[in-house]
Amino acid sequence: MTALPQTTSKKLGLVIDLDTCVGCQACATSCKEWNTQGYSAPLADEDTRGADPHGPWLNRIHGYEVEDTNGKDSRVVHFPRSCLHCETPACVTVCPTGASYKRAEDGIVLINPDTCIGCKLCSWACPYGAREYDVQEGVMKKCTLCVDRIYNENFEPEDRQPACVKACPTGARHFGDLGDENSAVSQLVKERGGFDLLPEMGYKPTNKYLPPRAKRDTPQAGIEALPKGDGSAMDRLFKLADRLLSGN
Amino acid sequence: MNPAYSVIFFTTASGAGYGLLALLGLTASSVGQSPSLAFVLVSMVLALALITAGLLSSTFHLGHPERAWRALSQWKTSWLSREGVAAIVTYPFALAFGLAWSGLYPAPDAIAPLGVITALLSLITVFTTGKIYATLKTIRAWHQPLTVPVYLFFALASGSALHLALSAFFTRDPGPVAPVALLSLGTLAVLKFLYWRAIDQAPRDRTMGDATGLGDHVRQWEVPHTTKNFVQREMGFVVARRHGKRLRGLFYILLLVAVLLELLAITIPLVSIIAFFIVFISAWVERWLFFAQGEHVVTLFYGNAQA
Ligand code: SF4
Ligand code: SF4
Ligand code: SF4
Repeated sequence: MTALPQTTSKKLGLVIDLDTCVGCQACATSCKEWNTQGYSAPLADEDTRGADPHGPWLNRIHGYEVEDTNGKDSRVVHFPRSCLHCETPACVTVCPTGASYKRAEDGIVLINPDTCIGCKLCSWACPYGAREYDVQEGVMKKCTLCVDRIYNENFEPEDRQPACVKACPTGARHFGDLGDENSAVSQLVKERGGFDLLPEMGYKPTNKYLPPRAKRDTPQAGIEALPKGDGSAMDRLFKLADRLLSGN
Repeated sequence: MNPAYSVIFFTTASGAGYGLLALLGLTASSVGQSPSLAFVLVSMVLALALITAGLLSSTFHLGHPERAWRALSQWKTSWLSREGVAAIVTYPFALAFGLAWSGLYPAPDAIAPLGVITALLSLITVFTTGKIYATLKTIRAWHQPLTVPVYLFFALASGSALHLALSAFFTRDPGPVAPVALLSLGTLAVLKFLYWRAIDQAPRDRTMGDATGLGDHVRQWEVPHTTKNFVQREMGFVVARRHGKRLRGLFYILLLVAVLLELLAITIPLVSIIAFFIVFISAWVERWLFFAQGEHVVTLFYGNAQA
């Protein structure tokens, strides 16, 4: 039903660490891989071998360049973006069919693929671009918070985690109950100053982002000078090889 | 926002249809029986045909048209659902009104109440359409107090222009709607002017830094896709300011021509047929611009510096 629950007993969501994410796309590919066979219909792509391959992905990794305020230094921040399982999301309330809903028990925002009519209005209502239309199925798709993994009794308890969280090689994605202030994810948010995306939109995202840490090295230190050779035979051999290989 | 032709066709055609229906209901309830049965029948059929064509086109652009009935269920929260309900509820009243007014089912006492109810329901339906757009916070140019009034006055302006054209054709007499037609066109021009001024003046104060939380000195470095994805195809379209200005100018010129033709129609009634087509074209231009100038906040994640 598209009426939002007053409160949810849990607020399950993700905490994404912008400091440790290396932009490897492991979470995006494992998300696609899991969700093309799990809950809802396959996530098929269009024109996969043609000039314009595209299709629904539930998790996408942006890259941003952030300049230092002094303009001398910049860094790249990898930025995974998926549904934030907002507390008061208009994507749910605009849905005319009730296909889009937020669960009272854990706050997960889902789409029922059997009742969605594919009107796309929910995708217009999401500020975060989290909903992508599946042309082949004629229904809207979005992150399910891997609802078919996290409660899956056939899995070992340690595997009852979203696919993206399990796949991340740097541990940049954390899953848990953000409604419980003692949970590991809530503690992490508190410690690292986790923030909301576009809070002024009033959607109250559940997912939180951890800001990149301050840089420890500065470019002013410069590249360390290469050690001078000691003039030995071995040293001369290396220098010769270096000259030959670099072509001068 | 991508100006999809099915949506532009739906909102302009059904807008004209509901506007015509509302004015037929109101004039019939004040003037009573029409001197021309052909006028009554043709205008009722045309109004309902425009509405139905619009609704069908909006249904066909769904991923699952066969499930469209489900859209009637969430009227408690969704304006799109309310629009569907209002549209469906209008039909039986409009049919009953048409039967009574044409005399096909003789019930002269019922003409006035049915006419008023049909007019109200028609305007409520257009109101709900406007609300679908006006309540979307993600698109600043739509989330405006004037969005709904513009939708309503477009329905009235195109509906009354059509009413004028039909009465001119069948009775050679502009009938009682001529002042309504002129007034609604004038109001529309003023509303649209104020609306455009409002969206031009609204600060585009959401930035890429706000969206990503990465501060003021952030720019896109790597895109998260191979070719344009759904979000960009659907929400990434914004017309260049320059073209926007030109189209706004075209819109005003079309309205001015329509006003002059409707004035001319007082002496040469048939000119009002051309006036209607001009108003309808202006509706297309305006609706296209409404979409093309609707900048979605998600574009901030995709390289747009501010929205
Ligand atoms: S991120 Fe978008 S799709 Fe997800 S709950 Fe929030 S508004 Fe809805
Ligand atoms: S596309 Fe589906 S889930 Fe989204 S608003 Fe329409 S019916 Fe609801
Ligand atoms: S929680 Fe599951 S569906 Fe959501 S982004 Fe991660 S892998 Fe994809």
